[in-house]
Amino acid sequence: MRFVVPLAIFIVLVVVLSLGLKLDPRYVPSPLIDKPAPEFALTRLADPAAPIARADLLGRPLLLNVWASWCSACRVEHPLLVDLAQREGVEIIGLNYKDTRPEAAAWLKAHGDPYRDSIFDPKGKLGLDLGVYGVPETFVLDAQGVIRYKQVGPMTPEIWRDEIKPLLAELQPAAP
Amino acid sequence: MIPEIGLFLCLLALALASVQVLFPTIGLLRGEAAWLAMARPAARAQFGCLLAAFATLVHAFLVNDFSLVYVAQNSNTALPWPFRVSAVWGAHEGSLLLWVLILAGWTYAVTLRDRALPSDIAAVVTAVLGLVSICFLLFMLFTSNPFARGMPAPPDGADLNPLLQDFGLIVHPPMLYMGYVGFAVPFAFAIAALVRGRLTPGWARWARPWALTAWLFLTIGIALGSWWAYYELGWGGWWFWDPVENASFMPWLLGTALIHSLAVTDKRGAFKSWTVLLAIGAFSLSLLGTFLVRSGVLTSVHAFATDPARGVFILGILGLCVGGSLTLYAWRGPSVLAGGSYAPVSRETFLLANSLLLAVATATILLGTVYPLVLDAFGLGKISVGPPYFNLVFGLLMIPLALALGWGQFARWKEESLGRLWLQLRFAAGAALMVGLCIAFAVDGPARATTAVGLALATWIVASTLTGLWARCAGRASPLTALISQPRSFVGQAIAHCGFALTIAGVCLTVALSVDRHERMAPGDSRQLGEYEFRFESLNEYAGPNYQADEARFTIYRNGKLVTELNPQKRFYKVRGMPMTEAGIDPGFTRDLYVSLGEPLEGKTWSVRLHYKAYVRWVWLGAILMATGGLLAATDRRYRQTVSAPAAAGLQAQEP
Amino acid sequence: MRKLLLVALLLLAAGMVSAADTPFEFKDPKVERRYQKLANELRCLVCQNQSLADSHADLAQDLRDEVYRMLNDGQTDEEIVGFLVERYGDFVLYRPPVAGITYALWFGPALLLAGAGLAWWRIGRAKAPAPPTDPAEAAAIAALTGRRNEPS
Repeated sequence: MRFVVPLAIFIVLVVVLSLGLKLDPRYVPSPLIDKPAPEFALTRLADPAAPIARADLLGRPLLLNVWASWCSACRVEHPLLVDLAQREGVEIIGLNYKDTRPEAAAWLKAHGDPYRDSIFDPKGKLGLDLGVYGVPETFVLDAQGVIRYKQVGPMTPEIWRDEIKPLLAELQPAAP
Repeated sequence: MIPEIGLFLCLLALALASVQVLFPTIGLLRGEAAWLAMARPAARAQFGCLLAAFATLVHAFLVNDFSLVYVAQNSNTALPWPFRVSAVWGAHEGSLLLWVLILAGWTYAVTLRDRALPSDIAAVVTAVLGLVSICFLLFMLFTSNPFARGMPAPPDGADLNPLLQDFGLIVHPPMLYMGYVGFAVPFAFAIAALVRGRLTPGWARWARPWALTAWLFLTIGIALGSWWAYYELGWGGWWFWDPVENASFMPWLLGTALIHSLAVTDKRGAFKSWTVLLAIGAFSLSLLGTFLVRSGVLTSVHAFATDPARGVFILGILGLCVGGSLTLYAWRGPSVLAGGSYAPVSRETFLLANSLLLAVATATILLGTVYPLVLDAFGLGKISVGPPYFNLVFGLLMIPLALALGWGQFARWKEESLGRLWLQLRFAAGAALMVGLCIAFAVDGPARATTAVGLALATWIVASTLTGLWARCAGRASPLTALISQPRSFVGQAIAHCGFALTIAGVCLTVALSVDRHERMAPGDSRQLGEYEFRFESLNEYAGPNYQADEARFTIYRNGKLVTELNPQKRFYKVRGMPMTEAGIDPGFTRDLYVSLGEPLEGKTWSVRLHYKAYVRWVWLGAILMATGGLLAATDRRYRQTVSAPAAAGLQAQEP
Repeated sequence: MRKLLLVALLLLAAGMVSAADTPFEFKDPKVERRYQKLANELRCLVCQNQSLADSHADLAQDLRDEVYRMLNDGQTDEEIVGFLVERYGDFVLYRPPVAGITYALWFGPALLLAGAGLAWWRIGRAKAPAPPTDPAEAAAIAALTGRRNEPS
């Protein structure tokens, strides 16, 4: 009887390992899903005198996209974001992470600005409160400011089509 | 042209390995000895082919043949030639070629010594080794071909990872592979016993030196890895419980259990099922390690270019070799592996405790390493398991092991009395207790308890070893002659156990007494660490063969006298665009002085790490002693006599 | 494969930022010890094989700054750890929490040890040798070996 035990343990191990092959060990899931977005008090990228806070994110579902001018991967997803903002009318708020105003503005001028507004977070404080660990990242917030989804890494058409678009549709308040 | 020859030789090796598997199998099934005789030349020819193939790859690196994708990805014209050679095994494809070459080498060695075995057992051993070889050759040829050409050839290569441009790469992987792969021999031997349905009397006697040799190489390999990480990575750590480190440590633990269990099976015919299981287990963990490193399932600093597709292939190899062998064990074990008797208190019971404790330690490390994966695979969240867990759990398990060691190495075979043990070892126990109490008073801080217990146990082991030596040599007509004429295996055992004690002591002391400071320094500054004063004298630029560096000059004083001058560097490797820190270290028997540059801050100020690493060299010295002990034990005269099977049976009856 | 590419890009993005390794000043050695312990037991999310103390990643410096700030603010170790877990999850802890899903991890070794101990005990009992059946045979063996039951 005891001679079968090692084989049994090994079979369990192989099952775990084969499941593991499909996973990404570096991906860190967010503990903030279904929790309210953190409170913050920062300024807008375009205007240092114009404040922006959590209240400005309420009232409708939107995407919060973390980006920076020094981030090369952001350039990969940026055309898609511009397209989503223009063609599909998706509301995207940018979170300009650990950047400088001149460089960020220049980058938007060069690559297009899909953001209704960008939050200027030079020290990364809001990023820290959101659990940002790599740029770009995109959050889906519902009308009450609760985080419903987090995309780590550049957004792709597949992820938009399969995950985010249906989610946004679900979160839209019913048409009057 | 030459790399194509290399590829062809690998294909030829694959064909020869197939012969090595098929012919003995047919011979055994048909009962015809002529078929069996083909195994040996096939195995030897396979080694020759792989050696030549390996040489062609080395040649490609030396002549900078960037039309080979592997060379282009891992070399560069500015790379110094010793690193170009070691770059052969610096990444996945080439290291796989090294793996199969070393396996062929071990098989070759087996063919030199297997006339001592019954011919059917020898045939199965060679066939099993051939089967493993086929698996890895197929893996290499189908998914990881080092000879693949890339057109057009780039003018220059992508350079070897700067962290690998070091002496460590020249020695660490070959030693490690010698150990990993070496456990295939006892594995094959275990399979042979199960397949042929019997454990011959000479089985353990024959297997012991092979297991010991593989074990000693793995010991050296792991120690080299630890030492390399220490001076290379720049923050003075020498063990991280990184998944790949664990992947090498687990076969070592089971390998240690194996060499001890083999002693029992050799001497007393007991523990047969345990020994066979350990032989299967040690190599299985080697294969598991190969999977963990190359499949991308776990993050690790050591992981090769990871690819889940390759992972599937290796999982298949794992399933075949390990699953097959464990199935065989489950099916044949009960009938083949019974026997042996010994009293409740005897050397055997202590060795059984040793096996069980090492197995529990191995299982624990496996648990900690794959637990995050298990939770993630079942959608239960993502956690990390790191040094705090492993240090605690492994440390606690070492306590009963060290205790058992002291008693076990002194106990008699078959029957022993606790009273006699206590009588003989009371001085050793007393010495251990005293050391423990002294340390408890001398050391202050959170590490007090661990250090006291650790050093007490180390003393216990050494004192017990000395008591054993004393018992054998004192009271003889000439104690000195008696000492010199002790059998090698006994001397080896004593040295290895003292090495283990030294490592335990080193680990505890370095954790308790080391001082690390993270400072902001500019040229002209100095800091005090205990009785040492570290002075940052100057900062210069330095150009290496393929890097640009900022080099600092530090002088270290003790009580006003100059101790040493260190030159830590912060290098920037141009081709890969990677920074790297090169620490300045003053090694010593009781302490290392360690300086490494962090990042430049404002102006000429740098963040600098200064370390006083107490007794850190003891950790690796202990490992060297363990390997030395293993070497002595493996070369004991008893194993070098080539005996035929019937003679082996008679021999076992005569040995004490 | 796509995921791999994304992760690779993410890493590339992270690597674009300059490295950071700023030392801190501590007035109280006890606080310094607490800092060392915390920084060594927290995991860097960018260079995931290094602790927070050792990593030169920008994010690691940000988190170290945060830990330093919170320590000087008088927060407890639990509060600091809780702050980070709230934002990054249990992944950031090298010492996994003792909760429902990790009971097997923390108590497993003890159970294995107990099981091994039990096995050791039972095997020891079961393996007691039978007395020699033939005293003449036993004497012959003793004469042949010349010695009786010496170690090694």
